[in-house]
Amino acid sequence: MPTDLRINGKTHQVDLPDDVPLLWVLRDEVGLTGTKFGCGVAACGACTVHIDGEAVRSCQVALSDVWGEVTTIEGLGTPEAMTVLQQAWVEHQVAQCGYCQSGQIMQAASLLAANPAPSDAEIDEAMQGNLCRCGTYPRIRAAIHSAAQKMQEA
Amino acid sequence: MASFKKIARRSFLIGSAAIVGGVAFGAYYVSRPAPNPLKPAEGEAAFNPFVMISSEKITLIAPRAEMGQGVHTTWAALIAEELDVTLDQVEVIHGPAATAYYNSALLGEVIPSKGYDKSRFMHSLGEALGHAGKLMDMQVTGGSSSMKDGYERMRAAGASARETLKLAAANRLGIASSQLSTKDGKVIAPGNIEIAYTDLAAEAAGLEPVEALLRHRSEWKLLGKAQPRVDMPGKATGTAEFGIDVRLPGMKFAALKANPHLGGTMNGFDASEALQMPGVEKVVDLGNGYAVVANNTWLAIQAAEAVVADWVPAPIPATQGEIQDAIRAAFDAEPNSTLRDDGDVSALPQGAQEVSAEYEAPFLAHATMEPLNATALFDGGKLQLWSGNQGPLLTRNHCADALGIDAEQVEVNTPLMGGGFGRRGEMDFSVYAARLARQMPGTPVQLTWSREEDMTHDFYRPGAMARMRGAVKDGSAVLLDGQIASQALTPQLMNRWFGMTPAGPDTTLVDGAFNQPYGIPNFRIRGHAAELQVPVGAWRSVGASFNGFFMESFLDEMAHAAGADPLEFRLALTRQEWAPAAAVLEAVKEMSGWTGKTPDGVGRGVAMTYSFGTPVAQVIEVAEEDGLIRLRKAWIAADLGVALDPQNLEAQMFGGMAYGLSAAMFGEITFAEGAAEQGNFPDYDAIRMHTMPQVEVRILEEQTHISGAGEPGTPPAAPALANALFDLTGKRARRPPLMHDFDLLI
Repeated sequence: MPTDLRINGKTHQVDLPDDVPLLWVLRDEVGLTGTKFGCGVAACGACTVHIDGEAVRSCQVALSDVWGEVTTIEGLGTPEAMTVLQQAWVEHQVAQCGYCQSGQIMQAASLLAANPAPSDAEIDEAMQGNLCRCGTYPRIRAAIHSAAQKMQEA
Repeated sequence: MASFKKIARRSFLIGSAAIVGGVAFGAYYVSRPAPNPLKPAEGEAAFNPFVMISSEKITLIAPRAEMGQGVHTTWAALIAEELDVTLDQVEVIHGPAATAYYNSALLGEVIPSKGYDKSRFMHSLGEALGHAGKLMDMQVTGGSSSMKDGYERMRAAGASARETLKLAAANRLGIASSQLSTKDGKVIAPGNIEIAYTDLAAEAAGLEPVEALLRHRSEWKLLGKAQPRVDMPGKATGTAEFGIDVRLPGMKFAALKANPHLGGTMNGFDASEALQMPGVEKVVDLGNGYAVVANNTWLAIQAAEAVVADWVPAPIPATQGEIQDAIRAAFDAEPNSTLRDDGDVSALPQGAQEVSAEYEAPFLAHATMEPLNATALFDGGKLQLWSGNQGPLLTRNHCADALGIDAEQVEVNTPLMGGGFGRRGEMDFSVYAARLARQMPGTPVQLTWSREEDMTHDFYRPGAMARMRGAVKDGSAVLLDGQIASQALTPQLMNRWFGMTPAGPDTTLVDGAFNQPYGIPNFRIRGHAAELQVPVGAWRSVGASFNGFFMESFLDEMAHAAGADPLEFRLALTRQEWAPAAAVLEAVKEMSGWTGKTPDGVGRGVAMTYSFGTPVAQVIEVAEEDGLIRLRKAWIAADLGVALDPQNLEAQMFGGMAYGLSAAMFGEITFAEGAAEQGNFPDYDAIRMHTMPQVEVRILEEQTHISGAGEPGTPPAAPALANALFDLTGKRARRPPLMHDFDLLI
């Protein structure tokens, strides 16, 4: 039986078994490929999306368990109209291979929504589930601080 | 000053006798430039294989794998510098697989000279060898070679295109080219006349390319300064397209399952249960494994687990202990190489104190963030492939061979890569997809590896061991005799790439040891090749990844035995031998405020490794916090000769260090029954936000030649950390991963 999902403000009807993880609904069915597959076991954070604003690992949320409105990286800003956080990513030239960065940005966005001025320790705590094999962490940290400051000034 | 035509038309005679490092080519004349693979449409001009201009836009071709190292941006900047365009005016693409995109620098690396002491002749030989790359389909990204390769050739490509555009404008205006200048994608003529390059494309298309001299460095506008990466907006918005993001009309999703017993084939399989599972369409035999084709990747992965396969055992020893024994046994055989033999190591210098130690480094997986995958469509006898790969021509040839079709019938598209680190220089993931597509003509299919499949079917960084013997006297090193035992990976790699197994010494086995710029009077390094069939390959920094650890850990032990400060000990040994190596050590000394003393609860370690032409020194500081050891700070200094983009180089340096630290702290692949025992990040973790030290980077330009950036940041990381842990705890770490021996914050 088709399931209705709200994703980035639009309703999508999905006809897949109930246990298919949200990640694979997004990528292979809805065609939103910005959310990445990294491990399938919630160990890397590449698949991080928001459900009702909360950062979750979409590889661990079954289609039938999606409890609210889904926001993916495509639901933040576009290359022409980036959010302040994404602009900070560009300003600090964070990405190297870039594969984990959708997840990093979604995790950081939820951190800043809950905590507009996180300390280094709070960034450590919030971001440690998001793996980056290129080691971009120093610039992720700098971009989060910089976005926090800009969002407070705004 | 080199000109484009001179570079393109220079002839070379390559003699096989000149090469004793690994690959023997025979003799070839390389006198004709490779054909331009760009096929301009009406009104478009392809000035050379790297610059294409239409009435709409300017396209620069950066035919190297963009796997995070920023190569598309800096490569394009080399062309743009001479073409007089800004990077936001151009589109940068990878382009097709083509001989014109051969790597002229990679093969130069096989010369078994120390590198830092290369004579002019050796540099010329390296360059000459590089042009043989064209004959061997070496459009390869690896060996930290892209900037060495592109540094002159790409500026020449830009300059030639610029002068040709000026000639087109001169013809139109009826004045001499010398009266014209160029800026921001326009030709400027007297009287404030400006003509956009795009407006000149059609006229320029009919002209013979014009030669031009390269500008002096003092005239550079882009190079030497930070350039915003061309891939950054896409990567910050989820719109950058990686291989795994390729979507084609009617595409199916497939999962791979190959024999986990590495090197073993498959007798057959029972897919009856899998075929009943939701979304599954078919199960395809791929020889040593199978693919499940479905309407969703996850459903395919689930069904792949439900197939029951009859696997043939692996041709490698059944236990980890036997694998280690095989590596150790290599010490007793004749050395594969003695690439350094200074002075006489047979006798202990009078009055010297002997030091010895044994080290071991584990097998490692690449674990790129993007699991391996490729997408293929076989239709009408032709194959279209989308594969994030580091060798498009090799990929084309291997896929053609696997399908029994001509190479011309294969089109290779190379999207962005979610990490490569050497793994994407292999062809297996592309060939599997090609073979799968061959069995479903007309239907595009994406074949994705689960993380477990990726980690358990790697071409691993080989496990290695070292027996080090040294002697110190009057506070300095007077003897160092090192033996390295490991699988020789060059023969394996060359056999996979070209179907030939070069004989002779394997430089990679001892790279990072024999070529270190230390003036130790009695200095010998021997490599011993272990007889093992574990699949091994190039892993970021290759041999230097373990030899850096062996050498720099042992130098630390020697400094300690000599009662010397470990940083001063290295400085004294490098100053006479090669000044740039001393300079990077001086730099980290100053940056870190190194005094040789640390407060209680704090430890510091230093290491310096010369690899891929670049000396890199690192100081790492660790501290005890709440009973756990935290990596607090790191200082890195590297000498690149010419720093084309300091901001990107900084990223490569701390990123390379992070990759090395991840391995040093957590990385270990072990085997049982020929199968890897680690399958996913919980078993094979990496450094994370809370475990990454604060880092400061300094880029120097003391040395004469431009050198590599992608790999040299990795080798010093493990020994700098191990030496810091020794400073803190008094315990010497000789067998990574270090999490086994220390209470690291994880």
